Amino acid sequence: MCVAIPGRVLSINGTRAQVDFKGNVVSVNIGIVDPKVDDYVLVHAGCAIEVMNKARADELIQLFEELDELDDIKEIG
Amino acid sequence: MKDIKEITAYLRAYDGPEIKLMEVCGTHTAAIFKNGIRSLISPKIRLISGPGCPVCVTPTAFIDKILEYAHMENHIVCSFGDMLKVPGTNGSISSLKGEGIHVMMMYSPFDVIDAATENPDKTYVVAAVGFETTAPTYALALEEAESRGLKNIRLVTALKTIIPALEWICESEESINGFICPGHVSTIIGSEVYKDLALKYKKPFVVAGFEAEHLLTVIYDIVRQIEAGGSRVDNLYTNAVRDTGNAKAQAIIDKFFTPGPAMWRGLGIIPGSGLYLRPEYAKYEGGSAGLNADMELPASCRCGEVIVGRINPNECPMFGTGCKPESPYGPCMVSAEGACGIWYRNR
Ligand code: SF4
Repeated sequence: MCVAIPGRVLSINGTRAQVDFKGNVVSVNIGIVDPKVDDYVLVHAGCAIEVMNKARADELIQLFEELDELDDIKEIG
Repeated sequence: MKDIKEITAYLRAYDGPEIKLMEVCGTHTAAIFKNGIRSLISPKIRLISGPGCPVCVTPTAFIDKILEYAHMENHIVCSFGDMLKVPGTNGSISSLKGEGIHVMMMYSPFDVIDAATENPDKTYVVAAVGFETTAPTYALALEEAESRGLKNIRLVTALKTIIPALEWICESEESINGFICPGHVSTIIGSEVYKDLALKYKKPFVVAGFEAEHLLTVIYDIVRQIEAGGSRVDNLYTNAVRDTGNAKAQAIIDKFFTPGPAMWRGLGIIPGSGLYLRPEYAKYEGGSAGLNADMELPASCRCGEVIVGRINPNECPMFGTGCKPESPYGPCMVSAEGACGIWYRNR
């Protein structure tokens, strides 16, 4: 239940950001991180918990695809 | 660092004394299966699953409390999907759905904030289950509830913290030689917090990511440490885990919650291992204290031993015969990250 998925920040408005998970755009709370647009954030239950570097984010995205965890991004995002 | 071929060759050829490593986190258990890690390493390196599935360690009394609210008029219970099938004394949330109970499956605690804003005449009761990864999301949602002046939100908490549980395991399970520390819990709490345990119990604690290469590298690091008598804390998930964790997340957890005793199914009550709303936020409290009673599991269910890694799920006589994900006996079979469920789906 502690799965977190990386996505790319498209835009920021106060404590909310639009985050792109491979084409799925979701509104995410960024109250405990300080991302910039284009940064990758690690998202758990609708909240970003850390800012990540892109190379590693891509690896993780691939991994979770393999784990079939990305089927429904909302389910874990 | 050695390259992954050398690391794998080393782990496969390992022929020293048997080594028992615990992966604390259910997501690691799943990643170890999906990547076939066990088949890549020597059988003398045993990987055992720990209590790292918050759903599996939540006692029956919590589910019963949630169901009590679900039967009440104008109350809506909000839960993550994992929790819905866990049996309470009189059935699970899913099994009672036909009986007119009010349940909303949430993806994020923020779904609840929006629903509560739209329907001020209904009370939304959040089944707040989780470890440190999830605790800040409830806190952030409460902060939003505060700023919107919402009065129709309650939390029934079964929030748990991992360090006291690890301490309990170190005390009672001496045979474990090293720990693969959870990735996303550590994103919040950092890697340094494991140092006291490493020092006291003289065992390595290594924070791991979820890729096959990284899991193998972590196992290699721990095995080499054990061979050399080491007991270091290493952080091998540096991209998502800082040594000191996420300070803002820790601060918001601390703003809303305070530690207290918590019941872990299979382990018992561990002092200071739960998170409870602070008295200042009592208006959101849904009655979380003292939800310790646990339904008696069928005598043949060995969940308690599975949770502490004393046995593997397939050593339970019910595994795959009386107990399957569609008809679970114990909670470890129910949750997507419960050890028995993961072993069953990958058998
Ligand atoms: S297989 Fe089922 S009965 Fe056996 S320990 Fe796991 S959950 Fe309990």
